[in-house]
Amino acid sequence: MTLLSVRGIGKRFGGLQAVNDLSFDVAAGSIKALIGPNGAGKTTIFNLVSGFLHPDNGVIVFGGAEIQALSSCEVAVRGMVRTFQHIRLFPRMTVLENILVGRHVHSRAGFLAGMLSLPFTWKEERRIREKSFEIMEMLGIAGHAGTEATSLAYGQQRVVEIGRALACEPKLLLLDEPAAGLNMRETIEMGALISRIRDMGVTVLLVEHDMSLVMKISDEVVVVSYGEKIAEDRPLAIQKNREVIRVYLGDDEC
Amino acid sequence: MVRRHFPVAAFAGLIVAIQLATLFTGTPYYLTQLTMTAYYSLVVVGLCMLIGYAGQISLGHAGFFAIGGYVSAFLTTFDLQHHRGAFVSLLEKSGALVFRHDVYGGSLLTVHPWLACAAAILLTVAVAYLVGGPVLKLKGHYLAMATLGIGIIVYRIVLGTEFLGAADGISEVPGFPLPGGLLITGNASSRVSNYYLAWGIVILGMVLLLNLIRSRVGRALAAVHGAEDAAEAMGIPTARYKLHTFVLSAVFAAVAGVLLTHYNAGIGPSEAGVMKSVRYVAIVAIGGMANLWGALSMSLVLNYLSLRGYFGTYDDAVFGVILILIMLFAPDGLLRRHLLSDLKRMVSRNPAEEETP
Repeated sequence: MTLLSVRGIGKRFGGLQAVNDLSFDVAAGSIKALIGPNGAGKTTIFNLVSGFLHPDNGVIVFGGAEIQALSSCEVAVRGMVRTFQHIRLFPRMTVLENILVGRHVHSRAGFLAGMLSLPFTWKEERRIREKSFEIMEMLGIAGHAGTEATSLAYGQQRVVEIGRALACEPKLLLLDEPAAGLNMRETIEMGALISRIRDMGVTVLLVEHDMSLVMKISDEVVVVSYGEKIAEDRPLAIQKNREVIRVYLGDDEC
Repeated sequence: MVRRHFPVAAFAGLIVAIQLATLFTGTPYYLTQLTMTAYYSLVVVGLCMLIGYAGQISLGHAGFFAIGGYVSAFLTTFDLQHHRGAFVSLLEKSGALVFRHDVYGGSLLTVHPWLACAAAILLTVAVAYLVGGPVLKLKGHYLAMATLGIGIIVYRIVLGTEFLGAADGISEVPGFPLPGGLLITGNASSRVSNYYLAWGIVILGMVLLLNLIRSRVGRALAAVHGAEDAAEAMGIPTARYKLHTFVLSAVFAAVAGVLLTHYNAGIGPSEAGVMKSVRYVAIVAIGGMANLWGALSMSLVLNYLSLRGYFGTYDDAVFGVILILIMLFAPDGLLRRHLLSDLKRMVSRNPAEEETP
């Protein structure tokens, strides 16, 4: 079953055609990787899919509905949550508070209920906390619950950011370079974590430069170059694809 | 739970202590300015919520204060006896109008203060939504300038409108009746009850805001303030949350405007002036931006000193200077959160301790 279907999307910035007639599908319960050389348009594609940018043309279908015109907030409410290439944790908030924010779409206390501190909000807060601690324990960061999130080591901040996204209970998790800035051991742990998240039933779409990670965990890989798709296949086949090798290593190497 | 309610109880204790002090020193007339200070403080804490927690500035809150005050003043002083039509009769039958005597003994038929207050709040909400929607899309200096515009528009309208009293404003506004026979009025005989009423309303407003900060919405606002794109990616409708906070703080200003106008028995165009708005922002800034208690205590001190005339003709200049000094030397405010721990770190000689945040 297809969870996300990108059909012929394009995006132009002034004279630059950043994304051109790009199509790919993400099957529910799979890990799909989006790779390509620097400047290939991967982050733009991510922003288009997650509603931070809107495509000039083409259609994006998520969970059976067209979402290309929705805002990033509406996309999140529908169950697609992203992380950022440059970690975007909430400053001056603890790890716990960061994760609590992730429960936003699964709670409903508004301005009035909050000001009057209505009894239903207390129960709701308790449930939000329980769920958040569950997530922190699963990720092994419960010990840092009271620590200011931005003061943690870089690798742990990435885990917190993923935890915050998981708190939204997304159907599709978009990870923008989850291994960027991580050392080798942390990268291996990150790979294991992403596989575990997939096994929990969350579909994953990731942009990543670390090829060993991509080839190890992905079910399928899409390769883009200059905003166009040049290959889409299983990792082993991608590694042998002549076009992909040419794009990455240049003509002479063939 | 105890820790949460302690500051509220301590502040209530301070209010009682101040009243007792005026009683024992035989200076009950101080209570008049202290009561006015309370209503101005209501504007300040509402604005603190907007600036400190939603991260949006407004240099137009005196405008919302004036909308509240003027609507209520106009409706409760405008004599409807000579405008009897179907609508006025309907209002009269439904008990929304009151007959009363003016100071010269003549009779007046005016709108009931409660209905006038409701109308004032409704108009403020409408204006805040209409203006806030487009204006809050702006950031930083642009937002400051646009909100400055709101204040100036309200100021020029009340100054240039004949039936709002133009430069003289509206006077002879009646007291505001409350259940239990209480009346918000500036009469010396009800000085003490009005002092407690006003500060009771401020404390109620504080409790509402403190609850909000600790709620899901408060957490979302902190997230928006910290990293707007990430908050948006978590499904928080950032624009709507900012707008709602803007409207909420405008309502705080309007309620303060209504009540102070009934207390003072009148309102003038200077209440809508730009310097009033600047003053509110200066007090929030010195109080520590995201610190409701800091803003409230600074408001208590500075508004009181100003109302007692300690700053003389330099009144506005004092607040201008305060704003400049705070921005230069303590942009997080004097009474910012974590102030105590920061001071401890500065005082401690142990360099190892200095590194742990």
